[in-house]
Amino acid sequence: MYRAHVLVCGGTGCTSSGSAKIIESLHEELKKNDLTKEVAVVKTGCHGLCAEGPVMVIYPEAVFYSRVTVEDIPEIVSEHLLKGRIVKRLVYREAVSDEGIESLNDTVFYKKQTRIALRNCGVINPESIDEYIGTGGYEALGKVLTTMSPDDVIQTITDSGLRGRGGAGFPTGLKWKFASGNRGNVQKYVCCNADEGDPGAFMDRSVLEGDPHVVLEAMAIAGYAIGASQGYIYVRAEYPIAVERLKIAIGQAREYGLLGKDIFGSGFDFDIDLRLGAGAFVCGEETALMTSIEGNRGEPRPRPPFPAVKGLFGCPTILNNVETWANIPRIILNGPEWFASMGTEKSKGTKVFALGGKINNTGLVEIPMGTTLRTIVEEIGGGIPNGKKFKAAQTGGPSGGCIPAEHFDIPIDYDNLISIGSMMGSGGLIVMDEDTCMVDIAKFFLQFTVDESCGKCTPCRVGTKRMLEILEKITDGRGTVEDIDKLEELCYYIKENAQCGLGQTAPNPVLSTLRYFRDEYMEHVVNKRCPAGVCKKLVTYKIDPDMCKGCTLCARNCPVNAITGEPKVPHKIKLDQCIKCGTCIENCRFGAIYIE
Amino acid sequence: MAEVKSVPFRGTKAQEEELLQTIEELKDEQGCLMPIMQKAQDIYGYLPYEVQKLIAEGLDIPIEKVYGVATFYSQFNLYPKGKYQISVCLGTACYVKGSGEIFNKLQSKLGIAGGECTPDGKFSLDACRCVGACGLAPVMMVNDEVYGRLTPDMLDDILAKYK
Repeated sequence: MYRAHVLVCGGTGCTSSGSAKIIESLHEELKKNDLTKEVAVVKTGCHGLCAEGPVMVIYPEAVFYSRVTVEDIPEIVSEHLLKGRIVKRLVYREAVSDEGIESLNDTVFYKKQTRIALRNCGVINPESIDEYIGTGGYEALGKVLTTMSPDDVIQTITDSGLRGRGGAGFPTGLKWKFASGNRGNVQKYVCCNADEGDPGAFMDRSVLEGDPHVVLEAMAIAGYAIGASQGYIYVRAEYPIAVERLKIAIGQAREYGLLGKDIFGSGFDFDIDLRLGAGAFVCGEETALMTSIEGNRGEPRPRPPFPAVKGLFGCPTILNNVETWANIPRIILNGPEWFASMGTEKSKGTKVFALGGKINNTGLVEIPMGTTLRTIVEEIGGGIPNGKKFKAAQTGGPSGGCIPAEHFDIPIDYDNLISIGSMMGSGGLIVMDEDTCMVDIAKFFLQFTVDESCGKCTPCRVGTKRMLEILEKITDGRGTVEDIDKLEELCYYIKENAQCGLGQTAPNPVLSTLRYFRDEYMEHVVNKRCPAGVCKKLVTYKIDPDMCKGCTLCARNCPVNAITGEPKVPHKIKLDQCIKCGTCIENCRFGAIYIE
Repeated sequence: MAEVKSVPFRGTKAQEEELLQTIEELKDEQGCLMPIMQKAQDIYGYLPYEVQKLIAEGLDIPIEKVYGVATFYSQFNLYPKGKYQISVCLGTACYVKGSGEIFNKLQSKLGIAGGECTPDGKFSLDACRCVGACGLAPVMMVNDEVYGRLTPDMLDDILAKYK
């Protein structure tokens, strides 16, 4: 028994900010102080507050230390772990109040959350199957195999109202039911979509890194429900930590007899293999993903036939996303009524969002469906930095749209988001403030789609390219009002005619910015002005003569000698020579140079 | 395809043996082509014509099929990368926080465009889509080292570490 546990985050965010070195140094310091038998160090998955990384929680007090550095470790060990005195200066600022130090779960960031899919993330050591079992892991699989019929399992999932968390929101129980016919007579497959390609979304990565066994357990449950004996997890190669932990988890589960032959002595066989993606966004589309597992170019196939009928290697297949899987064991154990009691009428349970962009608490949050955007941004997210104004939130990545300030109080669920022209998507939620140009953002997403279009169908391959050209024309100041109309027409055409989900949703970022920020587009084409000051060709750099001290630093650093002026006299920028590179702004010590 | 300076193939016998052994181990598995190509890229660092040919012969499939897969996925490289591979995240969270500017600055500092390698073979520059460290945006990676909360004036110091 240890008297204290130090949980250090080993998720990608914290690893990037140096948590591996912190763990190393902790071990050294504990050894120096002869505490190795009393204090355990546990490397966990993501805690969610990536912006404050590297983070560390010390139990039993549940003190949350943020932005810890290697230099802080001796102090934490000698003060907190040896003498029992909390190192106040390192405690997460939100947890420090006049009354003292609050426990982690009482801070605003965590209080409003309900963690089901992220239940074990940041709590257990993801590389230990015993810790997973210790928190109720594999109990659901045992219950299913020993007390439930396959149809009972499907009914339970159907009754819970769980919908696909990958973005489209298809009812999970129904999907399983479609693939459940003819059990035992045909080869079937269960797949996990861990090809999280939506830039700015990292929910699935955190589940895989923080709680890999939950996915294995859920896939085995589905295998039993539809009568499949083999599963595949298709995971992005860009997620090395997740891949490593999945490999460890699969090895452990096989060793414990929780994967393989005759699981729980029930006669049910199930095994799982990993397949690594290779960087193609379209492979997140279900048919493309299967084509890719088969070892081909990841091009989508026409539906029907749907994968439930003819999927991987031509066999009936179900494919669910990581977060969907992470909900399954809890639904089995707590019952469908429990799950259905959370959320809104048609969207049950919770949703994990990756908060990013212009927001203070970037990171992962899991909230009940129906929570308003305002609660997410202002309370959990801690508002927008530097006192800037909220402009829009983007959900659904390159397939989604933006939610403007006028819909700040809309309860977030699948249907509400569709009704305002966005979509749930896999859960990326990027906050934008007044400094973000919406035309530029639309262009950014179109560049992404053009890059990632697989080229199979013409509306997507050629259509998105034409859309991008029009957007470039507009941001370069060559656009006309007719271009905006043409752009809109093209959007509807591509939406109706592209073959797969990627093409059909590619126009969404343009359509939704046109819907809510048409005036910004007009400003670009009519007055040739970018109100947010982002589109380079439409802005000018100016020097405020009252602020300029004539230090000459800008003039000396200007790569094209576009700045003139005598020392100690306010300088001027020659607009015809300026290439708008921004070097002068970086060099000015007086904040005298501005963009108009 | 744009003109890209190519480097002569310098594969060794040991590398070839390792690849052939990999092919032997995996070839009976369904959908084994991509895992084999991934392993081949680990061994050689990239997938030149010579390596694609070995794979095609080992699996008894047309080389067009190997080339087709190699060019479809952005992770497979047909040309060698620099000793230090810089990838700037242009995912949405990083982009909103200014990674586009970081990418442009690096292009001009290194004198190469995205996807290219400096003539001395030292640096190659790529844009990537989300490394999942959105909390640290904007982010770039130099090989496996992650640099977060970047501003343009930090770039010289970072590059200097590798020069």
